This record gives sequence, structure tokens and C-alpha cells, in this order.
Amino acid sequence: MTILNDPVNAKLGDRAQLSYIASQAADARLNVELETEGMTLNIGPQHPATHGTLRIIARLDGEQVLWAEPSCGYMHRGYEKLTEVRSFPQVTSLINRIDWLGSFANEVPFILAAEKLMGVEAPPRAQWIRTILFELSRIANVSLFLGDLGVQLGAITPVFIAFRDREYVLNLIESATGGRFHPNFDRIGGLKDDLPAGWVDETKVVMKKLRNFCDEIEALLFGNEIFQSRTRGIGVIPRDVAMQYGLSGANLRASGVDWDLRRDQDSPMAWNKVDFKVWTHPDGDSFARCWVRLQETREATKIVDQLLDGIPAGPVMAKVPKIIKVPEGEAWVSTENPLGEMGYYVVSRGDSGPFRVKIRSASFNNISITPWLLRGVYVPDIITILASLYFILGDIDR
Amino acid sequence: MVNLLSSPAETAPVVDTTRDQIVADIRATLGASVVDSLVKPGDDVWIRVTTESWNSSMQKLQAMGFDYFCFLSAIDWLPSPFGRGEDDPTEPAPERDSTIRPGYTGGETRMQMLVRLVNSRTHVGVNVKADVPNDGYTIDSISNVFAGANWHEREAHEMFGIGFVGHPDLRNMYLPADFEGFPMRKDFPLLARMVKPWPGIVDVEPLPGGDAEPEEVS
Repeated sequence: MTILNDPVNAKLGDRAQLSYIASQAADARLNVELETEGMTLNIGPQHPATHGTLRIIARLDGEQVLWAEPSCGYMHRGYEKLTEVRSFPQVTSLINRIDWLGSFANEVPFILAAEKLMGVEAPPRAQWIRTILFELSRIANVSLFLGDLGVQLGAITPVFIAFRDREYVLNLIESATGGRFHPNFDRIGGLKDDLPAGWVDETKVVMKKLRNFCDEIEALLFGNEIFQSRTRGIGVIPRDVAMQYGLSGANLRASGVDWDLRRDQDSPMAWNKVDFKVWTHPDGDSFARCWVRLQETREATKIVDQLLDGIPAGPVMAKVPKIIKVPEGEAWVSTENPLGEMGYYVVSRGDSGPFRVKIRSASFNNISITPWLLRGVYVPDIITILASLYFILGDIDR
Repeated sequence: MVNLLSSPAETAPVVDTTRDQIVADIRATLGASVVDSLVKPGDDVWIRVTTESWNSSMQKLQAMGFDYFCFLSAIDWLPSPFGRGEDDPTEPAPERDSTIRPGYTGGETRMQMLVRLVNSRTHVGVNVKADVPNDGYTIDSISNVFAGANWHEREAHEMFGIGFVGHPDLRNMYLPADFEGFPMRKDFPLLARMVKPWPGIVDVEPLPGGDAEPEEVS
């Protein structure tokens, strides 16, 4: 068993290691009794567990995966090339579609990078509203994950609750920005518009509903014995492996790394004005990843509540020229998006459009660990592990 | 209110002791491998290492504490021969400047590697660049240092045509295996913009009160 001798596995937690050794011992017994023939299993491109069109080619020995390799590219739209023929304000309508469940959050780091190069700063009111909309898109994104998680493990109820409650958040985003999925609301120097009347009070009511939703999901799913036995100790990612693969977001924090870009880096956004807890989990297994996301959703509703109480008055747009030309330079800005660290490396040549944009999306790094992670697991666990890693295909392929 | 006339350098802090110290540490550890470095106070750090020391520099940086692999990519510094893709395809192509001008920390070649590493303890990142030689565009793979670089190098290989020596498996990620050309290179045309004029230049609305006649939309 080469996997057992792997030094990485020696660093697993006690419980995970014990269950792992037990399963390996069972395999060894089975291998003596049964001779199995290898086979190749294609999962996808169309499969409910893949959030889009991802194909996984797995080589199986009986029920066990010898190796598995995701095959990407079904959603590749070439945004990095397309940005080179767009002007800076036009780029937001493209990058909106990278992580389509939390679109507004995609726009923010790019706009911040452009503002950094131009030396423009959005007025405080714009920064606060940006942060609120950012957290709302996090809630909309992760609440769907929490519902979808149940479906992938055979529970039907959570997804209906999730779709019902996500709709409240999408309605809020729509009433503020005009778009349910693709707001295209962020501008260099501020926001397109101010908030509509009555929006703040309505948001507070919805945040209360979403906290109830989190409680409901926690009771329905996380306390469920089947859910626990299918996720605990499955797909364990140790800390140093997570760092090497550049995992980010809840996947990294579930491996015990206390790192949140909202708290740990300087940003013009309003996160440093509020008080929130960064949730981590020491286990690094599928359960930990799901659990951290649940806590983060609840935390996000609290962030929104705090921000709503203190939105400063003033304009939502700084003075910027009509035709935007960005001075020559290079800038890197990343933010803690719903899926993890999302960043843009923008190179400008003093033109109205970027010279080169490197889009660092969270899912690409998060999913690149799967060939390592899926080695040696059982077929049903592939679904659990992929579900708990939580990726969006547009975010992998870009 | 921000005054647009003042440059960002005037408003930002002039000295950034944390990042200056990082560059000093890196220079002490990597020695002659560092060709150039740049610190933008309160913003970011750029260093450029020699092509030969690309792999060993990564190992040393990892040992220094820059153990979080953020991303790997490449930059093609050749100005696009097609401009912004707004030329009229029926007209002869206009003359364009094709001098290669590198960005921060300089460089001698057309292609450059770009890697971002972050110190997981202090949460401060560095952007590491290296020249990719013009003859053959090959450089050492760093996938043995950061396992996550494997996929990023595959992407760079497919999009920029950069060869990575020592990479286990440089199959295409996105494109079909028999695809010809390297889409992210600047001299690879964006075909959608080549076959049809960009609507932005044809469909021009007349200025209010102006006497310009609206152009026909084909």
C-alpha cells in the first residue's frame, strides 16, 4: 500500500488515520479473496455532481479509484484574451460570468485593481454598498451550495429550502442593481447608482430569514447521521498540501489555516469596519469544508447587518474622466470571494483597455488537487469530495 | 474627494519597511539570482530572477516562508500587431510599433514567467518574474516544488507555447489535442474580430445637432 507510506498521510489527524488504516486493511483482505479487473469510468460531462460540464475520468479497481483526472475545457470562453480587446469599463460585463452564482464579487477585485492603477478611490458610501453587495452575493452563492450538498448525498428537502431562501437574496440584488445574476453594477470610482428607498429595512428582514435558513440546514443536514458518516474522514487535505496547491477560501480554512483576505489584507472595502469571526476547522475532511461554509454564511449575514447600520452618507461615485485611460503599470488585487481567493493581475500600457489580465480564479486551484485527492477513494466518495470542494465550472475554465 | 492630478505615489506612504525588509531578505538568500527588484510602498513587491535559477529560487523562496502558491502565468510583451481588434478588415492594416517593452523589473525577452507566492504567516506576497529565452521558449518546471503549479504550467504551455522542462504531463487542458497555435500570444489573432468589423466603429450614432450622417449598418 503505497498510500499508507506516503509521508503526507502520516500527518493526518488520529481519527482520520485510524479510519483510513481500517479501510486499507479491509481492502488488503478483499484483494486476497477477490481478483478484480481494472475499468475506466467516465463521470460527466453531464452529471449533477459537477455543477456544470466537468468530466472526470477515473480508473477503477473494483470500487476503489486508482487514479482520477478531471477533464476541463467544456466551458472555456477565453476571457483573458477577450479582455485585451475591451476597454476597462467593458471588462466587468465579461468577468461577471466567471463565477455566475456570486457575480458581483467577481467585479470588485478588477475594479479595485483599475482604481489602484489610476490612483482613484471610491467614496466611503460606495465602498460600504460594495461590501454589502459582495456579502449578499456570498450568501446567494453558498446557500445554493448548502442545498445542493443534500441532493448529492441523496437528500431532496434541503435544495427546495435553499432555492426558496436564495430567491430573497437575489431579489435584493435585483432591486439594487437591476440584475439578478449579472449585476454589472461596479464602476471605476464607485457604483452605478445609489440604493433604492426602503432597501435597508428589507435587507434586514431577509438576513433574519437567512439565519433561520442556516439553522434549518444545520439541523436537517449537519446533524444527520448518514451525512456525517459519508463526509467525516473522507477526502482529508492536510495543511501543507493545501498550501502547495494554492487552495483558498473555506477549503483552506477547513484544513486548519486561519487565513481570510477580508481580515488579513489592507483593502479599501469596509470589512475592517465590522467585527466578524473567521471560522476554521482542524479536520480537513469533507465535513469540515461544508461546516466552515455553513458558519461563513451565517457570519456573512451578521456582517451585512452591521454594515447596514452604518452606511455613511455622501456620493456613490468619485470624479473620474468620461473616457477612462489607465496609467501604465501593473497591479494585483485579490479578494475573499465566495469560492476562495479571486484575483486579477492587470497590466496596463496607458491605454483605454488592459494590455494583459491574468485571472486567478479560486476553483482552478481548488480543483487542481483532485488527482491527488481522489487517489484511493471509493466511487461514492468521489461525489462527496467533489461536492465539498465546491467549484463552479465557469470559475475553473474562465 | 480624490484629486486626479496628483499621482498615486504622492498619496501612498513613501517608505514601506516591511516590504523593503522582504526584498533585503530575498536578496540575501538568493544572492546573484536576483536580477532586479521593485517595491511599491503599501502595495506589492516584484522581483526578477535569472532563467537558470528559476527552479532553485522557488525552492529557496518556499523555504523562506513563501509557501503559499497563488498562481503561475506568463506575459507576452510583444505589442499586438492587430491593435485592439478594431481595424476595418476591408482596409489595409495600419503600421504599428512592434518594440518589445517589458514591465516592472525589466526583462530582455518577449515572454516572461510570472508567479505569485504568499507568506502564509505574514500574508505578504511577492510577484516573481523570469525571462523565457526567445529561442524555443523553454524554462524549468516548478511543479516539483509547488504541486499546484502542475495545472498552471499546462495552461501556460497550451496558451503561450512555453515548454516546461521536467513537467510530468504537458497535455492540453482546454483545447483539442490537435489545435494549432497558441491563443494567448499577442500575434495570435482574435478571429471574431478579424472576419467582421467591430460594431463599435460602424454603428456610430450622430452627435446631437451635428451634421454627420449615420453610417449604414451592414
